[in-house]
Amino acid sequence: MTVPAPPRTKFTELSARERAAALLDPGTFRELIGPFERLESPHLEPQGVVPASDDGVVVARGQLDGDDAVVLAVEGLFQGGGIGEVSGAKIAGALELALRDAERGRTVRPVLLLESGGIRLQEANLGLLTVAEIHAAIVALRYHVPVIGVVAGMVGCFGGVAIAGGLCSYVIMTREGRLGLNGPQVIEQEAGVAELDSEDRRLVWETIGGEQRVATGMVDALVEDDVGAIAGVVQTAFDAEPPVVHRSSQVERYEARLAGIDTFDQLDGPALRALWRDDGGGR
Amino acid sequence: METLTFNYPASRPVSGRAHVGVVGSGDLEILLEPSPDDQVHVTVRTSADGFGEIWEAVLDRFFTRNDLAAAVEINDSGATPGTVTLRLAQAVEESRS
Amino acid sequence: MSRGRTWFEALAGATFDGEPASVLCADESVRKERARFLTVVPDPEARFPRARSGELGLEEGWALARRVHEVVTADDDRGDRRALIAIVDVPGQPYGYREELLGLHLALAAAVDAYATARLAGHPVVALVVGQAISGAFLAHGMQANRILALDDSGVAVQVMSKRSTARVTRRSVEELDEIAREVPATAYDVASFSRLGALHRLIEGVNAEEPDAEDVEMVRDALAEAISSAGHDGSTDLSGRLASPEARQHRDASLRVRERLAEEWSR
Repeated sequence: MTVPAPPRTKFTELSARERAAALLDPGTFRELIGPFERLESPHLEPQGVVPASDDGVVVARGQLDGDDAVVLAVEGLFQGGGIGEVSGAKIAGALELALRDAERGRTVRPVLLLESGGIRLQEANLGLLTVAEIHAAIVALRYHVPVIGVVAGMVGCFGGVAIAGGLCSYVIMTREGRLGLNGPQVIEQEAGVAELDSEDRRLVWETIGGEQRVATGMVDALVEDDVGAIAGVVQTAFDAEPPVVHRSSQVERYEARLAGIDTFDQLDGPALRALWRDDGGGR
Repeated sequence: METLTFNYPASRPVSGRAHVGVVGSGDLEILLEPSPDDQVHVTVRTSADGFGEIWEAVLDRFFTRNDLAAAVEINDSGATPGTVTLRLAQAVEESRS
Repeated sequence: MSRGRTWFEALAGATFDGEPASVLCADESVRKERARFLTVVPDPEARFPRARSGELGLEEGWALARRVHEVVTADDDRGDRRALIAIVDVPGQPYGYREELLGLHLALAAAVDAYATARLAGHPVVALVVGQAISGAFLAHGMQANRILALDDSGVAVQVMSKRSTARVTRRSVEELDEIAREVPATAYDVASFSRLGALHRLIEGVNAEEPDAEDVEMVRDALAEAISSAGHDGSTDLSGRLASPEARQHRDASLRVRERLAEEWSR
């Protein structure tokens, strides 16, 4: 197995496999269904798309500060991190096994490294079904153990995978990360450039970037793009009390927040921060 | 997408196995394992069609310089010859560690 | 009139005039099974302009969550658990700047959370697809069900993205996409293809999806009752049943293989 990255390394410069290895305690990384097994997507070659030996997801068991853990790392560079049948099953299946362990009193700490444009279009409804299974597994598992999501960039986290992020107990983002449902280009394509200019980087990050999401209480922590820093914050999240009420269950709070939005007003990132910063948002 | 295969005679069996790279735009992944016989067997799946001769040239060159009996699988997403050669070298190095 | 509203009013025997107007909600029995009906419909007066054509937007996501959590809380100390029936006809989620800014991903997560929580608490959750079931909207409203039913009709489609949008993103023509869908089952979106994936409990044939008559409504009511009863009786509160079907063993075999291998390697 390749040597894990040294500290003081940019997390976003690492591959999914390297990110998983970098987070886990040294020497504990153990990949399940690794590349040599060649459990690829059966749907890509017939469509003229080159498959990846691991279908773009790494399942890594190991330890986090001595505790049993599983890291599920999406490779954002393969098909934009799009979730297909096999890659999604790796995530859902691993979470289901962690749930089975939890129900038997054996805690396995789950970390999701979310680098994904959403569902892989070439696998369509297979992707849809598997993402629903991921959602179901997160909701069930988080009763037992916090499910931690990390959105580091550069691909960001969109679509059904962003919904998964919304279900996590704690979400950690870097400044470079973006978390939203529809990607900026898709919004511009569907609704026009006046709705959102996807080329305006400042606008995009001010809308869905890590700093904005943390400042409005929609994710839990902002962290430097650095292996050590991210590992530290993940650890802190596990050591913390699990959320009393998960963010995705905070219905009254969010309905109140939305009711307080004047839909006729110009609303932008900074304005929303001002509105939501002091209303007890987040935890 | 194209699938290309190449075989070369080789005498030194590769000692371990290796996996390098990512099937990302402009990159490739390589799986390298011991070969069952005295040959290098290379299978390339590439997203860019029509570059068979360039693959041949790059692989000919590499395996002439590196006598290694190995089974090599390449999943390529439009990497340059330079990147291909680099990844091959990384794979060989990793197989030794 | 939207199919969602048509079937809601027919099955629940009620109209709805609460808030928000885009999320219809009614408590009505299905052949003696207590149930809450929920559907998302167009509201031209909706507060968020990009979600006025039936999209599942910010208000809809949180409202669905509220309506479902109400049922879970109300039935918490009862012996029986009310069924939740999600009537699905959604063109997708809205494409909008404000939607992203205000956390649309979280609004949809809220609905997913609520339906999944209800299912885990023992409520039979049944999805009835009467029209479009697209992407995040279907994930939020329907995909967490114990049982998914669909009407066998050309207007019923399950998709990750509309054909038009997919064509633009993948840079192919709609004709090419139709061709690919015929040749590569993984990309198909018609309801018959979806049923081959094994997650559909029943494909209801012979019903007029657009303008059902009384007989059509009774047929669907019977199907709902059976689905509720079946969900209640198999004791399963997770989605594992989807992968146990014969169709899944054939057409989602990779999904099963992955789980098998993960289980084998999990504790080594």
